[in-house]
Amino acid sequence: MPSNEHYEPVIGLEVHCQLLTKSKAFCSCSTQFGNEPNSNVCPICLGMPGVLPVLNKQVVEFTIKMGLATHCTIAPKSIFARKNYFYPDLPKGFQISQYEEPLCTDGFVDIEFEDGKKKKIGITRIHMEEDAGKSIHDIDIDTVVDVNRCGVPLIEIVSEPDLRSPHEAYLYLYKIRQIVTYLGICDGNMEEGSLRCDANVSVRKKGETKFGTKTEVKNMNSFRFVERALEYEIGRQIALLEDGQKVLQETLLWDSNQGIAVPMRSKEEAHDYRYFPEPDLVPVAVNQNWVNKVKATLPEFPSERRDRYLKEYKLPKYDADVLTTEKGLADYFEGVVENLDKKSDETYKLASNWTMTDVLRVLKVQHIEISDFPVPPKNLSEMINLIVDGTISGKIAKDVFEEMLKSKDSPRTIVEKRGLVQVSEEGAIEKVVDEILSKNKEQVDKYRSGKNQVFGFFVGETMKAMKGKANPKMVNEILKKKLSS
Amino acid sequence: MKSFDILRQELSAGTTSCEKIAQTYLAAIDNGKHLNTFLSVFAEKARLNAVAIDKKLKSGKAGPLAGMVVSVKDVICVKDERVTCGSRILENFVSLYDATAVSRLKAADAVIIGKCNMDEFAMGSSTENSAFGRVKLPQDGARIPGGSSGGSAVAVRAGMSTTSLGSDTGGSIRQPAALTGVVGMKPTYGRVSRYGLVAFASSLDCIGPFGVCVKDVAAVLKVIAGHDENDSTSAVVPVPDYVSSLTKDIQGLRVGLPKEYYGSALNTEIREAVERKIESLRKNGANVVEVSLPSTDYCIATYYILATAEASSNLARYDGARYGYRSQNPEDLMEMYVESRTNGFGAEVKRRIMLGTYVLSAGYYDAYYKKGQIVRRLIYDDFHRAFEKVDVLITPTSPTTAFRAGEKADDPLQMYLSDIYTTSANLAGIPGISVPCGNDKQGLPIGLQVLGKHFDEATVLKVADFLETNV
Repeated sequence: MPSNEHYEPVIGLEVHCQLLTKSKAFCSCSTQFGNEPNSNVCPICLGMPGVLPVLNKQVVEFTIKMGLATHCTIAPKSIFARKNYFYPDLPKGFQISQYEEPLCTDGFVDIEFEDGKKKKIGITRIHMEEDAGKSIHDIDIDTVVDVNRCGVPLIEIVSEPDLRSPHEAYLYLYKIRQIVTYLGICDGNMEEGSLRCDANVSVRKKGETKFGTKTEVKNMNSFRFVERALEYEIGRQIALLEDGQKVLQETLLWDSNQGIAVPMRSKEEAHDYRYFPEPDLVPVAVNQNWVNKVKATLPEFPSERRDRYLKEYKLPKYDADVLTTEKGLADYFEGVVENLDKKSDETYKLASNWTMTDVLRVLKVQHIEISDFPVPPKNLSEMINLIVDGTISGKIAKDVFEEMLKSKDSPRTIVEKRGLVQVSEEGAIEKVVDEILSKNKEQVDKYRSGKNQVFGFFVGETMKAMKGKANPKMVNEILKKKLSS
Repeated sequence: MKSFDILRQELSAGTTSCEKIAQTYLAAIDNGKHLNTFLSVFAEKARLNAVAIDKKLKSGKAGPLAGMVVSVKDVICVKDERVTCGSRILENFVSLYDATAVSRLKAADAVIIGKCNMDEFAMGSSTENSAFGRVKLPQDGARIPGGSSGGSAVAVRAGMSTTSLGSDTGGSIRQPAALTGVVGMKPTYGRVSRYGLVAFASSLDCIGPFGVCVKDVAAVLKVIAGHDENDSTSAVVPVPDYVSSLTKDIQGLRVGLPKEYYGSALNTEIREAVERKIESLRKNGANVVEVSLPSTDYCIATYYILATAEASSNLARYDGARYGYRSQNPEDLMEMYVESRTNGFGAEVKRRIMLGTYVLSAGYYDAYYKKGQIVRRLIYDDFHRAFEKVDVLITPTSPTTAFRAGEKADDPLQMYLSDIYTTSANLAGIPGISVPCGNDKQGLPIGLQVLGKHFDEATVLKVADFLETNV
C-alpha cells in the first residue's frame, strides 16, 4: 500500500494480568491453574444468594507494586465498582472492578528500541478486578462453563494512546510482561491467558493532531498475534480511508487462523455496564506507610540490573542484556556468581558464558523455564571453580555439564567418579611428550625448520594419548620447551 | 406470647423444658396455618435440638439463649434449608451455609424453628408480594401485617416463636412490628453481619430482631451483633450488654421530635397515641424539643432510586443458569434469561429491577443515581445535626395502622408511602426501633419509632423499654 507512509497509527493497549496470589480476590478459594473444572469454588465465587466479597489484601499489595514500578500515583482511597452484564460464566451477573477511582493513575514506562533509544509511554491507570469464568464452546455436547477462574484477581493496565506502530505496541507489551514477571505478581504467560491484551487502534494523516475513529481489537493471545493483528487493523483502516470510507467504531476479534479481525456482533458489544460503586466493599485505604513498605520490597528492574552488570561484573553489553531479560535467568546468573571461589572479571565472564550459552541452550532445546532447570546455580559455580583451579579443563567441563543435567551429583563427585581430573603433574606430561616427540621425528624436524603450524599436531597427539585430561596450558609450555631445546 | 424472661423462669422452676417450649410453638404454627406465616418449618430438627439444649441446661453448659425459639425470615440463609426469598425463582433453592446471624444464634443455643413468609426479595410493605400467598394479620385476617417481614412479625405476634429475625431495608422490620403490635428493631448499618442475608439493597439492608418485648430484642441483638470477617461492611465497634442498659432511667434524656414527621399525612389517632407517650417521657424527666430534618421530603424518592439501583444488580444472579428456576426448553441463551426472569420474578420485583436498571443506565446515572447519593448525604447530615442537640428522635413508625389486603396493592406509590417514616434511618444508617403504642379505635396496633445515633442501640433500647412499660 503506497500511501501507508502518509498515515500514522495511534494505539493504546489495555493489558490484563492475572495476579499470582494463592487465593482468589474476594474469597479463600485456590487460584491454582489446571485443577478439575469447577473444583476451586465456594458459595462466594459461585455467587450464591447471600454471600459477600472480602478483599484479599495481597491483591492491593501486588497492584501497588505494579503502580510503583510504573511510576504511578497510588491513591490513598480507591473504590470498587460493579460492572453489570449477563453471561453464564459470570455468576453474580456483575464483575467487581474499579471504575471511577482506581488504585493507580498517571504513570509511565520506557520502552527500548533495538538501537538503544527509549520512548516514554504513559500509563493512564491500573485497577484491580476479578476474572470471570471460562465458557468452553468447542465441546460437542453444548457450551459448558468452568468457574474455577471466577474471582481470580486481575489488574488492568491501561496505556495512553502513545504507541505509534505495532512494533512499539510489541515493545510496550514486552516491557509490561518483563515488569510483572520481575515483580513476581504475574507469570506473564499469554498462551495460558494469564496475560491478555486488547488494543484501541486508530489512524490519522501524519501531522494531524486530532485522533481518528478508533476500533478495539480483542483476542490477540500471543506476542506475535498482537503485532500481526495491529498491522492488519491499521492496514484495513488506511484502506477504508483511502477509499473515501469511514472507520466504524466497533470491536473486532482477531482470528489468528485466518489472519483477520472480525467485527463482533453488535448485540454482543452493545453493553451498558451500569457501573456503580460496589456497596459490599468498603473503600480501599492505602496510607503512605503501606506504600513505603511495599516500595522497600521492590526488586531491581531489568535496566537497573543490566547497568549494574556492566559496572560490577564488567560484562559486555550483549551479555548483560541477555542475562537480565528474564528475572529468573538473572537470578540464576547471580546465584552462580555468588558461589564462585575466585571473584574476578574473568570468572564473571566465565559464569556469564556458561549461563548464556550452555544453560540457555538447554532451556531452548528442552522447552523448559529456568525455574525447572535441573542444575542448581551452586553446582554450576562449583564446576567453574574446578576450571579456574585447574582441576578440569574447559573441554572436560562440557562433559561434566552434560552429566550434571542427568545426575544429581555435584561436579566434584562427577569428576572423581569418572576420573576426569586434569593431569597437571609436570613429570607425567613430560613423559608422554617425550614419547610423542621420539615417535614423530619427521614432524619435529619440520617444526625446527620453521614450520610452526605442526605445533598443533603435537598438542593434539599429547591430548589424545592422555585422553584429554592433560592440562592444556602445561602441555603447551612443555612442548615449546622440548621442541626448542 | 410469652417473653424469654418468663420462659427462663419456667425453665429454672422446672415447669417446662426446651422441648415443651418448641412443641408449644410447633402446635401454634400448626393451628395458625391460615395465617400463612411460615414457608418452611423444621419440626423434627427443632425438637431434637431442643432436647439437646435441655441436656446442656441440666449440665449448666447452655448458651445465653437456651430456651428461646427463633423463626427466621426466608431471606436469611440457614444451612441445608430452603431460602426462597418469597420468590418462585428460588422456590427449591437450598442454602449451603448459615448466615452469620443464624450461626451466632445457634451457638447461643437458640432453636431455629422455621422460615417466615415475606414480600418477594423483601420488596413490599404488606407481605402481599410473596409468591406463596399473602400473610394475614392475626387480629383481622382481611388485613395485612405490614412488610416485608410480615411473616416474622406475625410469628412473634401469634406465639409461633419467641423472637424472629427479619431484615429491614426501608422499614421492613419496624413497619410490620408496628402494624402487628410487637417490637422490631433495625440496628445501625454494619452492626449485624449481612453475610447470609440475601441482598436486596446492600447499602441499606440490615438484619434485626422481632420480639414481644424490648428486652427480648435486646437479648437477641447482643448475640447477633459484632464484627464478622465475612462482611467487610460490618463494623469493628464493641457490642455493649444491651439487656443491662435497660435501666428505665430517662432523667435528663434529650428527646427530639422531627416536625416533618408530624405533618398532615399522619393519622390523628396515631398522632395522639404517640403524643401520649411523649408526655410520659416529659413527666419522667426527659427534655423534649422540636427538631427539623429538612431533607425528609426527599427520603422516599432517594430510597427508591438507590435501593432499586442496587437491587437491579443484586438480583442479576437469578438468571436460571446455575440454580433456581429456569425456563423450559429455551431457544437460546437470551431466551433462557428473559423467560426465566419473566416467569420467575413477581410484578413488584420486576418493577424495581426496571427502575434500578433505568437509574443506572448511561445518560441517566448522573441525574438519578448520583443525585440520589448526594441527597442521601444531605439526609445523613440532617440526622447528624439533630443528634448534636438530642439523644434520640421519636416519630410514628407508620402513617397508618394495618390496612386491608388489596387496598394498596395496585397503587405502588401509595404502598411506597407506608415507609415514609422509616426509610430515613436506612439512608442515614442509624438504628431504629418500633414499639407498640396502643391501639386505634378499631383495635389495630399503633407503632412508635425511636431513632438513635450510629451504634447507640443501647440508648434506643433503653428509651423503647421505658415507653413499652409506661403509658
